[in-house]
Amino acid sequence: MTEIYDVLIVGGGPGGLAAGVYGSRAKLKTAVIEKGRPGGQAATTEELVNYPGYFRDATGPQLMTNFREHAEHFGTTLIRDTIVDMQLDGAVKTLRGKDGAEYQAKTVIFSPGAEPRTLDIPGERKLRGKGVSYCATCDADFFEELDVIVIGNGDAAIEEAEYLTKFAESVTIIVIHDEGILDCNKASAEKAFENEKLHFIWNSVLEEIVGDELVEAVRVKNVKTNEISELETNGVFFFVGTIPRTDFLKGHVALNQQGYIITNELMETDVDGVYAVGDARVKFLRQVVTAAADGAIAAVAAEKYLAEMEAFNTQVLQADKPVLLLFWAPQLQESVDAISQLERVLDGNSAFKQAKLDTYRNKKTAAAYNVQQIPTVLLLDHGRELGRVEGAAADEQLSALLGSYK
Amino acid sequence: MIELTKENFEAEVKQAAGLVFVDFWSPKCGQCMELLPDVEALAEKNAGKAKFCKLDAAANRRLAIAEKVMGLPVFNFYKDGERVFSFDKDSIDMAAVQAKLDELAG
Repeated sequence: MTEIYDVLIVGGGPGGLAAGVYGSRAKLKTAVIEKGRPGGQAATTEELVNYPGYFRDATGPQLMTNFREHAEHFGTTLIRDTIVDMQLDGAVKTLRGKDGAEYQAKTVIFSPGAEPRTLDIPGERKLRGKGVSYCATCDADFFEELDVIVIGNGDAAIEEAEYLTKFAESVTIIVIHDEGILDCNKASAEKAFENEKLHFIWNSVLEEIVGDELVEAVRVKNVKTNEISELETNGVFFFVGTIPRTDFLKGHVALNQQGYIITNELMETDVDGVYAVGDARVKFLRQVVTAAADGAIAAVAAEKYLAEMEAFNTQVLQADKPVLLLFWAPQLQESVDAISQLERVLDGNSAFKQAKLDTYRNKKTAAAYNVQQIPTVLLLDHGRELGRVEGAAADEQLSALLGSYK
Repeated sequence: MIELTKENFEAEVKQAAGLVFVDFWSPKCGQCMELLPDVEALAEKNAGKAKFCKLDAAANRRLAIAEKVMGLPVFNFYKDGERVFSFDKDSIDMAAVQAKLDELAG
C-alpha cells in the first residue's frame, strides 16, 4: 500500500522548503517533490542582499542549502520527480509523476515558482546556451575576459549585472529610459553608476541577437531616433521578469489571467486542503522572505485543516451512534450556553453522542453543512443530516429534534 | 567515464572513431550535479555502444567555447570526431538522450 503523506509539497524553492520545515516540525508526514535541485530561483541568484539576518557574504545557493538541510533535519523527505497530473478532490489527493509514480496526500502545497521571462527577440531562442543566458550564477564563468550585454534594469537585472562584472571584461546594460533612470532601487543604481566595468546604452531596446553558432553581436535600436546600431558582444543576459510555472495546474486550481495561483491569506486555493505559496501565487512582493512566510502560513493552515478533518472524522463521521453536533463559538455566550443546555436535554441518553465544533475555526465544515447561525445543532448519522435546530433554542425544540430520530 | 581535459580532448573525442558522448558540466552548475547520477547510469547501461566522457567546462572554458558550449549542462554526441547532436539545458531528458543514443549507435 502506498503511504499517505499529511503534507505533500510540490516544488523545493524557499516557499516549499519553509513549508517543509513547519510541516515536519509539527510531526506531520511531510515530503517535498522537486524536479531538480532544491532552492528554486534563489539557488541561481548569487547576490542575495535582502534576506533578514543574512547580509555578510550571503549567497542564494548557500541560503537554499541551509533551507534544505533545515527541512531535512526535522524529517522532511525530498523526492525527485516532476508532477504531470493530479486528482485533488476529496480527502486523499493523488499526484502523478512523469514516470507514472503516484503520491497520495491529505493536503498539498503547490510551490512551483516562476521562471525567467523570454522576449522572443530574433536570435534569442537559437542562441540559448550559446551566449544567451538567463542565469548569471550558472553561466558567468564562461564570460571571463569577454564582453556581455544585459537586458533589463530592475533590481534583479542591475544586481546580476554587478555580479557579472566580477567575470566579464565589460557589461553593457541596454536601458529603454532616459539617461540616469533605472527601474531598480536607488542603492543598487548608485552602486552600478560607480562600477567602472558597467556601461549603459540609454533610450534603447534590443532588436536582434546575431550569431551563427555562438553570439557575435547585438543590434540595438534607439527609441528616440530609431537609429539601429550593431555592437559586438559574446553574451546576452536577460533579466526581464518572470512567469509562473503553473501550466500543469490549469483546470485543477483557480489561476488568474496571467497564470498566477489565486489564494486567500491562509494560502488556501479554491480546492479544499490545497494550498499555494511563493512566486507562483498572486501577491504583492516576490522575494525569498515572502516565499518563506507563505510556506510557514500554508503549513500551519494545513496542520489545522488536518486536525479539523481528523476530529470530525472520528467524532462525527465514524461515530457508532447518531451525533448531535453543535456549531458554537467561544465568544458568543448564547452558543456557550448551548453546550450545557444540550447536555441537560440529553440527560444521559445513551442513544446519542454529543460533539461541538468551533464555527470560526472550522469554516469549511460549517459551510459544507450550510450553517448560517451560531449556535446551530445538527443531528447527524455518519455525517448525513437528519435534522437541525438553528439559533438559540428552547429545550423543547432540542427534545423534538431527538424525538425525530427513530 | 573518461574525464576530459584540453590535453586529451583531441585524442579521446576529435580523433576517436565511432560514437562519443560528452557531458559538459561544472561543479557550480546545479542541474549538472543533479544529472550526474543519471549520466553515470546511462554510461553503465550502454557500455560498448559509445564512449562516455565528461568535461568540467569551468576548468576548461576555452575548450568548451571552442565546442560552442556557453551554457550548462550540455550533452554532445560526436561520431568519428564530428559533433552530430547536442542536448542543452532545456532539451535534456534522459529518455530522449537514450533514444538518441540508440539511434546514433544503431
